[in-house]
Amino acid sequence: MEDRVYKVYRIKNGTVIDHIPQGKGHLVMKILKLHKEPSDNFIALGVNLKSKKGEFKDLVKIEDKELSEQEINKITLIAPKATMNIIRNGKITKKYKVKLPKNITGIMKCSNPNCVINNEHDVSTKFIMIQEHPLRVRCRYCERVMESKDIYVL
Amino acid sequence: MVKIDFKGKDIISIRDFSKEEILHILKTTERMEKENFSNLLNGKIMGSLFFEPSTRTRLSFGSAMNGLGGTVIGFSDPKQSSAAKGESLPDAMKITEGYCDVIVMRHYLEGAARLAAESANVPVINAGDGANQHPTQTFLDLYTILKYKKKLDGLTVGFLGDLKYGRTVHSLVHALAYFNVKLVFISPDSLRMPPDDLEELKKKGIGFKEIEKFNSHIKDLDVIYATRIQKERFPDQMDYEKVKDAFILDKSILKGAKKDLIILHPLPRVNELNYDLDDTENAVYFDQAKNGVPVRKALLALVLGKI
Repeated sequence: MEDRVYKVYRIKNGTVIDHIPQGKGHLVMKILKLHKEPSDNFIALGVNLKSKKGEFKDLVKIEDKELSEQEINKITLIAPKATMNIIRNGKITKKYKVKLPKNITGIMKCSNPNCVINNEHDVSTKFIMIQEHPLRVRCRYCERVMESKDIYVL
Repeated sequence: MVKIDFKGKDIISIRDFSKEEILHILKTTERMEKENFSNLLNGKIMGSLFFEPSTRTRLSFGSAMNGLGGTVIGFSDPKQSSAAKGESLPDAMKITEGYCDVIVMRHYLEGAARLAAESANVPVINAGDGANQHPTQTFLDLYTILKYKKKLDGLTVGFLGDLKYGRTVHSLVHALAYFNVKLVFISPDSLRMPPDDLEELKKKGIGFKEIEKFNSHIKDLDVIYATRIQKERFPDQMDYEKVKDAFILDKSILKGAKKDLIILHPLPRVNELNYDLDDTENAVYFDQAKNGVPVRKALLALVLGKI
């Protein structure tokens, strides 16, 4: 099989986050604090790439980094159909679609200003997923239902 | 059958209860009305924490606890609590649990009851958390319907007034959805039931209609649950003036209604229930308020594991 032409530099070890909705790539960078923390890791942000289906998407490649569960869950909140590719020695060793757990703890803010969680210190937010696509979650405390557009990732 | 045991359980949201649990609470409430339990909670102490003023809920909880032989401590003015000094809610709960066997709490923040329950080792009963839940009100609404209709299945229930913001409506609709009921929602367009609640009804296969005027539907109803339309809910006062009279109930509506229609209202009313209804057999709202005592008695006895 002929090698794909890589528009974004190929990494040897690390993570490729693919199928990020168009325009959300920079948010993934922000969530992973890649724009803030100084590091020597190679990072590539691909914007407006064309998928095999001909749809536009964004993509993030991070060399020498594998993500924590919390980080993956945070990405899922804004890119529910993203694919994670774990690269070792230049080869994809693991590839999977992201999936949020039923109970979502400490990764997003409740959009209700009158929710107790926005008025107390040191208490983690907790949400229960009621629908995966399109995403709908209910705050465990104030019981408000939130959709993708209401979600602010912590 | 799974044994229903409420000992140590928190009463936070109607969403936490199965149909069987709801029926068990209603059955226990009936016993509280009919039998004498005046010494059931001897030696037990209820902590009554009202971070937001409420007269009826607080008094009926107090009446329930005293009526079962227990005692009540607490505050009804948040200025008297250490929350005024900036104490966190979890800390306040950890302190209070050392002083009492059960906590009854009203709070102005939504979700406060759930957070309190996570922090306290004694059962917490939610007496209203902001615009979110007020489960004991829902149980007394259900109990009132059951008491007069002798059943919850097969009824057509009409909800009237502010269905968008009325938390008592949302909780009661959620609970009724466990039963084989038909629902009619009568409200101005701007105060319709939230789409999420309607979606939930569709998923559960509950038939409902949304209308803006009673029209011919009054004849189908077994129960009317009326609520107050608050003027402040309308950004344009002209809109309020246009709709307000369509949601006032008086004796004339009874002409086209079933003889045994019952009218409920969480009270206080302003002008939406005409006083000429009060003497009719259809008006059960004062008895409904009274049912708050046996319902709260049942819940206190259940969570304390005494019944």
